[in-house]
Amino acid sequence: MAVAREAEPVGSLHEVREAGLDREDLLGVYRNMLITRGVEERGHILYRQGKIPGSFYTGRGNEAASVGVATAMAQEDVGAPLHRDMGVHITRGVEPWRIFAQYMGRADGPTRGRDGNVHMADPNLGLIAMVSHLPAMLPVAVGASLAFRIREEPRVALAWFGEGASARGDTHEGMTFAGTRKLPVVFVCDNNQWAYSTPTYLEYATEHVADRAQAYGFEGVVVDGTDVLAVYREAKRAIDKARAGGGPTLIECLTLRMEGHAVHDDAFYVPKVMFEKWAESDPLERFRTWLRTNVDMTDDEEDEIGSGVKKLLNDALQRAEGSPMPDPNDLLDGVYAAVEDLETPHHK
Amino acid sequence: MAELTYLQAISDALRIEMRRDKRVFLIGEDVGVYGGAFKVSLGFQEEFGPWRVIDAPLAETAIVGACTGASMMGLRPVAEMQFADFVSCAWDHLVTVAAKQRWRAGTPVPIVVRLPSGGGFSGGPFHSQNPESTFAHIPGLKCVCPATPEDAKGLLISSIEDPNPVLFFEHKHLYRRIKGDVPEERYTVPIGKARTHRLGTDVSVITWGAMVYTAEEAAQQVENDGVSVEILDLRSVMPWDKAAVLDSVRKTSKVLVLHEDNRTGGFGAEIAATIAEEAFEDLDAPVKRIAAPDTPVPFSPPLEKAFIPQVDDVVAGLRDLAAY
Repeated sequence: MAVAREAEPVGSLHEVREAGLDREDLLGVYRNMLITRGVEERGHILYRQGKIPGSFYTGRGNEAASVGVATAMAQEDVGAPLHRDMGVHITRGVEPWRIFAQYMGRADGPTRGRDGNVHMADPNLGLIAMVSHLPAMLPVAVGASLAFRIREEPRVALAWFGEGASARGDTHEGMTFAGTRKLPVVFVCDNNQWAYSTPTYLEYATEHVADRAQAYGFEGVVVDGTDVLAVYREAKRAIDKARAGGGPTLIECLTLRMEGHAVHDDAFYVPKVMFEKWAESDPLERFRTWLRTNVDMTDDEEDEIGSGVKKLLNDALQRAEGSPMPDPNDLLDGVYAAVEDLETPHHK
Repeated sequence: MAELTYLQAISDALRIEMRRDKRVFLIGEDVGVYGGAFKVSLGFQEEFGPWRVIDAPLAETAIVGACTGASMMGLRPVAEMQFADFVSCAWDHLVTVAAKQRWRAGTPVPIVVRLPSGGGFSGGPFHSQNPESTFAHIPGLKCVCPATPEDAKGLLISSIEDPNPVLFFEHKHLYRRIKGDVPEERYTVPIGKARTHRLGTDVSVITWGAMVYTAEEAAQQVENDGVSVEILDLRSVMPWDKAAVLDSVRKTSKVLVLHEDNRTGGFGAEIAATIAEEAFEDLDAPVKRIAAPDTPVPFSPPLEKAFIPQVDDVVAGLRDLAAY
């Protein structure tokens, strides 16, 4: 039996305005979703061209969830997004050319070729770089929120995890600690229903991952992760609550991973009907239709956004391809930090 | 100068840093109301409050992970593992996150994890280990192992100042057994500089932590036989003072590497290999290692005595080397 609250879809334009988004914001959200998908589509092309070493991971189907949550964050908030959350990086303002440079292992990627894929983050944008061991970033984000609580700053930390990683102890320990201390942290579960090839019924025995929240002493909510406005509203509510001292919330964004675990995986184990059903609620198409119906997005506006994104990505690709490969002579640099390395926006 | 125990020196360092730097906080199991399992932080919560002396749930992953996150936001966390053995539950957060974050993502992680380590009082397999070599193997981590009260204070202050994740191994058997003069003011001891514990000319002992005292007793015994022993206390195994080791080896030409950790893959192996590579021509005898056998740490006193290197073992080793 479900314990978590099941969020309703956004009912009206009025409700969206109440939640803090005007027409221009809404078009911006759409643009960010388009960039998010565009970056990953271009990534596929780069991979096929043999320009991406290693493997390649995307978050197709998760664009509304990632952009929706990130849109609700304040400038001073921080987060640790994962490999299905490109939309968080885009919404926070990372330049796509640096993402392409990262994909290709170039010197101008945020990790300068030292790590690949979406294992990157710009701390200047309030983001913390993920590791592969999911959900290790949960306790780290809890620690960020602990710092805010100790300093009594009105800031919130966002921690992402998948329904697969919800099985690991880091989830339990992070939520236990955050719950006992009512820390200003919001846990976001990207439930895309497949942990590599493992279905949800082999990952957890409750109806929802968010049902667990009650056991940790805070609210759990399940939201349709293809509905960017519902995700935004729930994230905003949870972030506002955390900021006001109300403690954590667990938001579960339900989606379907629309591609394999990574580029090498054809996801043969996902029933075809499942893909067909979820393709009907494609996050981008869904929001595009909503914008045309509710805020009268015109053909011209849509074309302008579309062509702007296309140009942004074309330029970004060109710039990234011009980025040099990293210099192996620098390999040993920076294993240990120097005192002056602490001069980051956060360490000050 | 005041005479302090090794434990009091650690408390003193932590108190000084928490008084002078509001960014420093302590988190661990039972560190607040109870003052820590060994009472290192006794009275701290009264002075600094519950948000700077944080009683955490029994969750080492959350403790070290939270320290990492808080350090990225500008704080200087000090975590206490109740026993060094339990750091295995936080392995991922030290090795996977904290150690690599600076190198790959450019974000320093200035945290200190305090680890009451070592055996000698029937703690058994899970309350006696010396896991320093395990972490010394991981690029990005520092491993500090003080032997004296003066070093314990100065090295803990250096560790808190350090912009990297530092594992601070506090030998439990030294906590109340070892006393020494400790300057009352704040001072630092640089991480990575060895200390010559005893000057000698015939054999060098390279060691750290509680084994410094085992080596000292053994050195006094063989002195009567006319064997002059030099003891080098490394103070930290990562970084380790290679230059000081090689200098001492060149001076005595015979070397005994001594540690309380298991023999195979213990940090002594790295030291021995380095001596073989860089000072082979200076040696008059093969490098000798004395370490714990490759078993878990046993509980019962006669078994534990057979496990932890004893003065007699070191005496025998020194005599072998002297006679070579």
